[in-house]
Amino acid sequence: MHVTSSVRQPLITGGKTLKDVTHDISRQVEARPSMGWLLAFLFSVGVLLIGSIALVATLWEGIGMWGLNKTVGWAWDITNFVWWVGIGHAGTLISAVLLLFRQKWRMAINRAAEAMTIFAVICAAMFPIIHMGRPWLGAYWALPLPNTFGSLWVNFNSPLLWDVFAISTYFSVSLVFWYIGLIPDFATIRDRASGIRKSIYGALSFGWDGAAKTWSRYESVALILAGLATPLVLSVHTIVSFDFATSVIPGWHTTIFPPYFVAGAIFSGFAMVLTLMIVTRKVFHLEDYITIGHIELMNIVIIITGSIVGIAYITEFFIAWYSGVAAEQYAFMNRMFGPYWWAYWSMMTCNVISPQLFWFKKIRTSIVATFLLSLVVNIGMWFERFVIIVTSLHRDYLPSSWAMFYPTISDVGVYLFTFGLFFTLFFLFAKFFPVINMAEVKSIVKSSSEKVTK
Amino acid sequence: MERDKNFILGVYDDEDVLLDAISKVRGNGVKIHEVYSPFPVHGIDDVLGYKRSKLPIAAFLFGMLGTTLALTMQFYMMKIDWPMIIGGKDHAAFPDFIPVTFELTVLLAAFGMVGVFMIASNLKPWGQPRIFDVRITDDKHVMAIDLAVNSSLGEGKLSDVLKSSGASEVNFKSFE
Repeated sequence: MHVTSSVRQPLITGGKTLKDVTHDISRQVEARPSMGWLLAFLFSVGVLLIGSIALVATLWEGIGMWGLNKTVGWAWDITNFVWWVGIGHAGTLISAVLLLFRQKWRMAINRAAEAMTIFAVICAAMFPIIHMGRPWLGAYWALPLPNTFGSLWVNFNSPLLWDVFAISTYFSVSLVFWYIGLIPDFATIRDRASGIRKSIYGALSFGWDGAAKTWSRYESVALILAGLATPLVLSVHTIVSFDFATSVIPGWHTTIFPPYFVAGAIFSGFAMVLTLMIVTRKVFHLEDYITIGHIELMNIVIIITGSIVGIAYITEFFIAWYSGVAAEQYAFMNRMFGPYWWAYWSMMTCNVISPQLFWFKKIRTSIVATFLLSLVVNIGMWFERFVIIVTSLHRDYLPSSWAMFYPTISDVGVYLFTFGLFFTLFFLFAKFFPVINMAEVKSIVKSSSEKVTK
Repeated sequence: MERDKNFILGVYDDEDVLLDAISKVRGNGVKIHEVYSPFPVHGIDDVLGYKRSKLPIAAFLFGMLGTTLALTMQFYMMKIDWPMIIGGKDHAAFPDFIPVTFELTVLLAAFGMVGVFMIASNLKPWGQPRIFDVRITDDKHVMAIDLAVNSSLGEGKLSDVLKSSGASEVNFKSFE
């Protein structure tokens, strides 16, 4: 018989029954869109449309529309790419790694976190595709397709190509993982609905009937997918870091990059999950499912990964000094005290100092403080990538070619476009899909609810 | 689908009662058609006597296929079809092939296994499930027993067995 341990916080409060779970979560999908949702959705579509002007301009005129110059050949585009991919790490980490560790608190947040992952990866993929200049030819550069030049194949020695495989595998496996979890919940909505809604959710639910045999297979699939997705999620940001680490640019050429990027990715991903979940739980009245306990646990992950990132910054700096390589030492001194000192210190403040506030229980259990700090972390993580990319490039080997990077309106616009895309997709998801995995939450109602039954 | 297939259904509210009930019902010599639940009930496949799923084997085989395809593709393209000197390295720079090999292994293992799962469980967008009770996807567990298969026991006896095992309701269901 399941009994909740008295030391462990309940994961579901308010004495919810199975029926309450179905009702509380399906309600959003079934109700008419609220005014607040409509306004937020229209705002995101507006941002998307405004941003798409910059996107079309960039595609029409070429990437000369961006502020890149011959010294700084990568700037906002790759910064934004790495930032979005990093955000896209929390979802699969929550659903896969926490599943392997049998962390039941994942169940209330995994659905939305995975959705966020998928949308963030879509936004990330925009940047390398646009950066190709002529994306309609991009398939020949990115995929091993037969062509009339030989065939002259893609270069499998290049980390940029590994990235193509890593990101596309990550995207598709995360999508499948997410969808498999959605099938039983679509069936729940199907069985409550009538008319056209019944046919739509019926098709989405793939004819799910809840048979014990199917559930048993489903559990096996979830476990194996988690086992596959765990090394996958670690590989993605490792390979993203190879884009830098395998080059010979001072400031990039370091072996600490893979673990440091992975920790940073989890750090920023959890921050974005918190930003979104704090709003979602409030708007959809899900406080009984996404409790302060959940928020606190996520904040603890943020302290840990934030501290790993902090140690990585210091180690990187120490190794630059210890290596005795003048160019490497200069790159790091230039980061701290060069013309981009403000970016470096913003990064340090936002990523290393501010998350330490979560050591105070009052702060890590406060919704307002968590929300604000989650935004701060995401700003800090954007600066981290900007610092790594731009400050390592802008003063290269010849002082005569030293330059600064200034973003143009197109740089800003394309970044805005991805924000519009991300929030548009997220709002659509939040309205039409169940935001919490009902089936999984139901499986812990008895053991982890406030009210212990039997 | 056979016509006039009649089922007797035991409806249960609680997963632990259900697990005991399955053992009791099977102990009475009743053959259970299937048990339907709103969420995965741990240990249900053991009491129902289901064998362990072979999906992990499918995942492994598809993964091996992915590894083989990825390595073959890279060696063929880089070493045989169009060898090029890149950074003075060997044409077949094996360590460089590992990331893509890993990704394709994971990709094929995941998609292959999910494909097998879909086919084995008959999950498809146009699938029309037989819904024994709409509350299955909400809050009730339903044990379906095929009357034709258990004709030796009779409806009355089956109903008694279900009730004594803790079913909150006993219903009948026929499918066209």
